Amino acid sequence: MRKAPLRDLERELYYFQLRVGFAGAVVLVAFTLLLFRFFYLQVIQHATYASKAEDNRISIVPVAPNRGLILDRNGVVLARNYSAYTLEIFPAKVRDLERTMRELGELIEVHARDRARFRKLLAETKNAESLPIRTRLTDEEVARFVAHRFRFPGVEIKARLFRQYPLGETASHVLGHLGRISVRDRERLEELGTDAEYRGTEYIGKAGIESSYEQELHGTAGIEQVEIDAAGRGLRTLARTPAQPGNNVSLTLDARLQQVAESAFGDRRGALVALEPQSGAVLALVSKPTFDPNLFVDGIDPTQWSALNTSADRPLNNRAIAGVYPPGSTFKPFMALAALELGKRTPQSTIFDPGYFVFGERRFRDSKPGGHGSVDLYKSIVVSSDTYYYQLANDLGIDAIAGFMQHFGFGARTGIDIEGEALGVLPSPQWKMKRFRRPEQQKWYAGETISIGIGQGYNAYTPAQLALAVATLANRGTMMRPHLVARIDNLQTGERRPVTPVSAHVVPHKPENLDFVVRAMAGVITDGTGARAFAGAPYTSAGKTGTAQVVGMKQNEKYDERRVAERHRDHSLFIVFAPVEAPKIALAVLVENGGFGARAAAPIARAVLDYHLLGKLPAALEKAAPVDETDEETGD
Amino acid sequence: MEPARTLLRRFAARWFEDIDGPLLGIALTLSAIGLATLYSASFEQPARVGNQAVNLAVALCAMWIVARVPPQALMRLAVPAYALGVLLLIGVALFGDVVNGARRWLHIGVTRFQPSEMMKLAVPLMLAWYFHRKEEGLRARDFALAAALLAAPVLLIARQPDLGTAVLVLAGGFFVIFFAGVGWRVLAGLGVLGLASLMPLWGLLHDYQRRRILTLIDPTQDPLGAGYHIIQSTIAVGSGGLAGKGWLHGTQAHLEFIPERHTDFIFAVFSEEFGLIGNCVLLVLYALLIGRGLMIAANAASFFARLLAGSIALMFFTYAFVNMGMVSGILPVVGVPLPLMSYGGTALATLFIGLGVLMSIQRHRKLVPT
Repeated sequence: MRKAPLRDLERELYYFQLRVGFAGAVVLVAFTLLLFRFFYLQVIQHATYASKAEDNRISIVPVAPNRGLILDRNGVVLARNYSAYTLEIFPAKVRDLERTMRELGELIEVHARDRARFRKLLAETKNAESLPIRTRLTDEEVARFVAHRFRFPGVEIKARLFRQYPLGETASHVLGHLGRISVRDRERLEELGTDAEYRGTEYIGKAGIESSYEQELHGTAGIEQVEIDAAGRGLRTLARTPAQPGNNVSLTLDARLQQVAESAFGDRRGALVALEPQSGAVLALVSKPTFDPNLFVDGIDPTQWSALNTSADRPLNNRAIAGVYPPGSTFKPFMALAALELGKRTPQSTIFDPGYFVFGERRFRDSKPGGHGSVDLYKSIVVSSDTYYYQLANDLGIDAIAGFMQHFGFGARTGIDIEGEALGVLPSPQWKMKRFRRPEQQKWYAGETISIGIGQGYNAYTPAQLALAVATLANRGTMMRPHLVARIDNLQTGERRPVTPVSAHVVPHKPENLDFVVRAMAGVITDGTGARAFAGAPYTSAGKTGTAQVVGMKQNEKYDERRVAERHRDHSLFIVFAPVEAPKIALAVLVENGGFGARAAAPIARAVLDYHLLGKLPAALEKAAPVDETDEETGD
Repeated sequence: MEPARTLLRRFAARWFEDIDGPLLGIALTLSAIGLATLYSASFEQPARVGNQAVNLAVALCAMWIVARVPPQALMRLAVPAYALGVLLLIGVALFGDVVNGARRWLHIGVTRFQPSEMMKLAVPLMLAWYFHRKEEGLRARDFALAAALLAAPVLLIARQPDLGTAVLVLAGGFFVIFFAGVGWRVLAGLGVLGLASLMPLWGLLHDYQRRRILTLIDPTQDPLGAGYHIIQSTIAVGSGGLAGKGWLHGTQAHLEFIPERHTDFIFAVFSEEFGLIGNCVLLVLYALLIGRGLMIAANAASFFARLLAGSIALMFFTYAFVNMGMVSGILPVVGVPLPLMSYGGTALATLFIGLGVLMSIQRHRKLVPT
């Protein structure tokens, strides 16, 4: 009995030690398990995890290239870059966006428009890295933010390059503007295979030269390998491949001429295209009203955008290439050439102009009541007889007119090197067939041919087409494709690529016929509807005025400018080239609702020619001088 | 010279007779490695290393004091400590401070205090005391009551919620029951029951706890959220390779990719910088520490001392295994520090007090049992 507890104790101790041994075995098994895990991670999978750690550590940061400059033909800078600090928010790293913006606002001035723009960007861009909340910080603002940086995780200061257009609104439609890269831009870049170059870039050309020469201007992105911490802060640069700046683009445009032309328009709407006939070089390309492309530089704010976009004046529209207008009487010289070439008229044949033309039951009114009396081909251009061309159109027929006008590029894109060209309308039965759906509308009526002769009816061309047609005339039938870029310079390699003029077409013609038309157009300037605007010009020029109806007039109804609403007034047109013997410049001007061609458009052309040929700046860049109205009645 | 030397020896014998050399040596080695790793992990806050050194000094004092307390005296502390702990846990549930969504802290005057921490020792103490009293013949009823004594604080802690501490307290209590001799069949039954109860238990878990478990299965599902810890710590461990990146050269640690790298994830920092070789050294040190503890348990004088020593020895195992398992991605992320290495004074003190208890038990192993 005495021994039993002791035996129990021994047995108990034995069992306990058994369990200790078991526990020890469990510990060893568990630790062996850990050891296997460590071996798996650190030996078998080591390479994988080592590269993951490197990926963690090293961030590839793209470096946006410097965008190329845009210069005019004389080296005047039209678009350049400047560096400025922006305050940027990484939306993914900011917990409370509203609070961050509020607190930032206490530190640095953040305008309502900055905030609005930021929200717009936030809504537009998904998964964006960082978005600017304030651009162009002053040094003091930068210092103030840096001192408080710790309070704003996910907010950083970045040095960025901004586009600047030193001449402001000058040539804005030619230059175009930049905008944030949109989803569609991305897709296009992916198609082109250049999307990799845009990894550090936020803006892309959206219009004009900035868009059509985007690939030249943009350059090649560089790469920096930066060691980063878990918060994504860059600590040091490990390796660097510098970015290659974009190429400089020199235009054929003369910035001063452009300014002369733009200021000659004053506040009026319209367009002007001036070409060098021998080369097709665009000397000036105006669309009024203009806009300031600098507004787009750091992301246009919504109010300004909608103001530009919804204005009745459509300032963003490039009227010079995208606006289509009836050419009015500026069409007549080409009709005259068609008549001579097709043998329907001779310079000697005359008609009697009673002030109207009767076709069937319709009377087509001449702009001069009572008519011009006996009119030959020369006089028909100089005094701009409508009756002559009503008859001529009827005699030629629509097919012959359309066939001939194609040679001058009417109704076809000029091929100018910016985007957004409109096609215009060169009327023909084929065109009408395509244009309309219902059979009765598709038929071409002989009566419709009549007003085609004076540049009305379905005729609709862009100012660029008109300018190209005049330039082709000036270049004695050889059409040179219009181009805005003269040369592309690669600053890295020193390579200069001049743009060679391209002959687009040669108009089949007899030189004496063309000379005759040119002589008549010179008569317009010396004795005809252009005489007043070109009084005293020391150079020779050949031109033609035009007045295009915006609203159809009833038969016999007298057009009274004072009674017609401003927007329904006639468009004023003028085409001209000079000097006649060796043309240096050919241009087309259109003033929307400007009334008579001789009054509004011709003086603008005069100012442009005076500067281009004589270097004469307008004394004051005033509006076209008011002209006695009664005197104009003889015109178109 | 001679008398002075004798005096010193006698002084040492008198004051340090309770200290177990091997145990202290291993613990100090681990603590030193911990401080070195902490230095690397907290390059931006060097003060932390100093703080932890102070914590270590305080913990050593606590160990020294506890080592001088004989097991019999400890036994007397069991019931009051356990009762106080449970009361405080109830207090936390009612009045505690909420930190990071969990109610764990109790205000006592100027400082805050986690009552769950003391339960890591109070529960084994209580259960060892309980089984010791019933030493003459343990029946199923006794084990059932012991299970209830264990369940109460574990549930209170799990409710806070503090899954990590609950697991540690549960493990500590379970080890006592295991060493007390609960039948193997019961253990097997408990295992089956445990697996079966996983389903309803899932329903009781907090969202973040569920996420942790789901992320363990597939961390890539939520790479920036719940999966971030595991992904980054696994990368740290894996990229360490055989020999590691070298002390102070861990990129994952120094570029702050490893979250909570001073505390629960310090093993990732160590593993990145010292590699598989370092990990082996660490495992060996922990195995030696646990082995020494189990040896002390096997040689302990009383049933109480055996149970308590065994439980404390295995407590180190639980800490080390759960922590390394979670950092290397084979266990869910629960808040369990790496013993003796993670930054934090409370856990360090608890562990060194545990070591003190082991030393006291070792010192008194030859005394006649009660």
